[in-house]
Amino acid sequence: MRAFAYSPALERDRLLAPGRGRGYGSHLATYGSLPRIAKRDGRLLAEIEQSGLTGRGGAGFPTVTKLYSVAKESRAAVVANGTEGEPASDKDKVLLACNPHLVLDGLAVAGRLVGARTTTIAVGCAATAAVSGVEAAIEERPSAERPRLVLVPDRFVAGEESALVSAVDGGAAEPTGRRPYRSGVLVQNVETLAHLALVARRGAEWFRQAGTQAEPGTALASVRGAVASPGVVEFALGATLGELFERCGGLSEPVDAVLIGGYFGKWLRADAELVLTEESLRARGGALGARVIVALPRASCGIVEVARVARYMAGESAGQCGPCVFGLSALADELDALATGRLGATAERIAKLEAQIARRGACAHPDGTLGFVTSGLELFSDEVELHRRGTCSATSHAHVLPADGSKVIA
Amino acid sequence: MIACDAYGYCAELLPEIVELDEWGYPIVGGEVTAELLADARRAAEACPMLALRLQRARPVRAARELKLV
Repeated sequence: MRAFAYSPALERDRLLAPGRGRGYGSHLATYGSLPRIAKRDGRLLAEIEQSGLTGRGGAGFPTVTKLYSVAKESRAAVVANGTEGEPASDKDKVLLACNPHLVLDGLAVAGRLVGARTTTIAVGCAATAAVSGVEAAIEERPSAERPRLVLVPDRFVAGEESALVSAVDGGAAEPTGRRPYRSGVLVQNVETLAHLALVARRGAEWFRQAGTQAEPGTALASVRGAVASPGVVEFALGATLGELFERCGGLSEPVDAVLIGGYFGKWLRADAELVLTEESLRARGGALGARVIVALPRASCGIVEVARVARYMAGESAGQCGPCVFGLSALADELDALATGRLGATAERIAKLEAQIARRGACAHPDGTLGFVTSGLELFSDEVELHRRGTCSATSHAHVLPADGSKVIA
Repeated sequence: MIACDAYGYCAELLPEIVELDEWGYPIVGGEVTAELLADARRAAEACPMLALRLQRARPVRAARELKLV
């Protein structure tokens, strides 16, 4: 078994391959054309199963399982999810802006594999570079395989599968609690589709040349915070946190804490040896998720960051479930009080709110936010004590995480 | 989406199983025993939002449970 193989030569060769341009001609010159794919092509489905490709949108569900399930439906459809409503995540916007044709290839492949009647690509309306990249790419493609482009509101919950399908069908971009694949709608993250397009061309064995045995392939990460060049990088799963930060020019200042997995993710102690796989992160109580990785500068206050994001997430509730609407907002009030050193925020009050929020929403929004908050309060427990006494160890007041509602567009 | 709009009738009719959180939304817990079955049925029927459903508990036994939908 190959453990934690990390090959810098391979990692740059995939989704963000150098030399490829945005045009269809240069795309074909870089990646070659797609092979012919039969409707519900059994051989390619088996190849995808062997590749071990999992969803790159955050949940990490095996791609082939969803493909098989939707291929059984007589009225199948595919939706490419490029909404990326999370403000700290840029990787899908960068991928769509820089390499839209690879995503559209993957969408066409998925469409063939499930026998889809329609294919749609959904992008957040504020992601202007991604939208124009996709629009131009669709124009360049053969008319028979042009998907529909749908712009969805730039909200955190808009990318949740059932909310997305509702929006694509002309409804509100709010979670419905339904599982789209059960009614024949395959929703795949745009990065997953780009990998799928490469597995279709180069096969499972090639795909597995990067990554680990259990978690093969490469993945995109959005790296922020105290690194010399923040941005989107591609890495082989199984690389270490230190190697990832090196790809971003190294740390620009001392760092004790990292946020991994974004606003549904967890705060962890910074450790250069941390292996970037779901398995390794699970052992530390975290998850790789959609690979938002933020190095919190030592000079910044973790409590302030947790409070700012909690307020943002409370505002991003779809407003459908009481415990999410009222609970997250009450939790944000307590965290504000704690962040600003006002009296009243007690551990008991926060614990009581957490108990009233946990597992009571129809979607992952309240529980995901809760995990972010509790891991932060635990990791920053010393700082919590300082705040209770009305002080703070931070020397910088610059905001680290985007949380003011205005999205940062790559 | 949870249809519940915090009317709170369920907690009035079935306090043995339904407790309200600080915003008036029900926290449903506990088995609907034979003695509570009639009250549970009444609580589910009384919900103006049709957010409460009486269903057989899984694994399938004689027991029933209230589910908030």
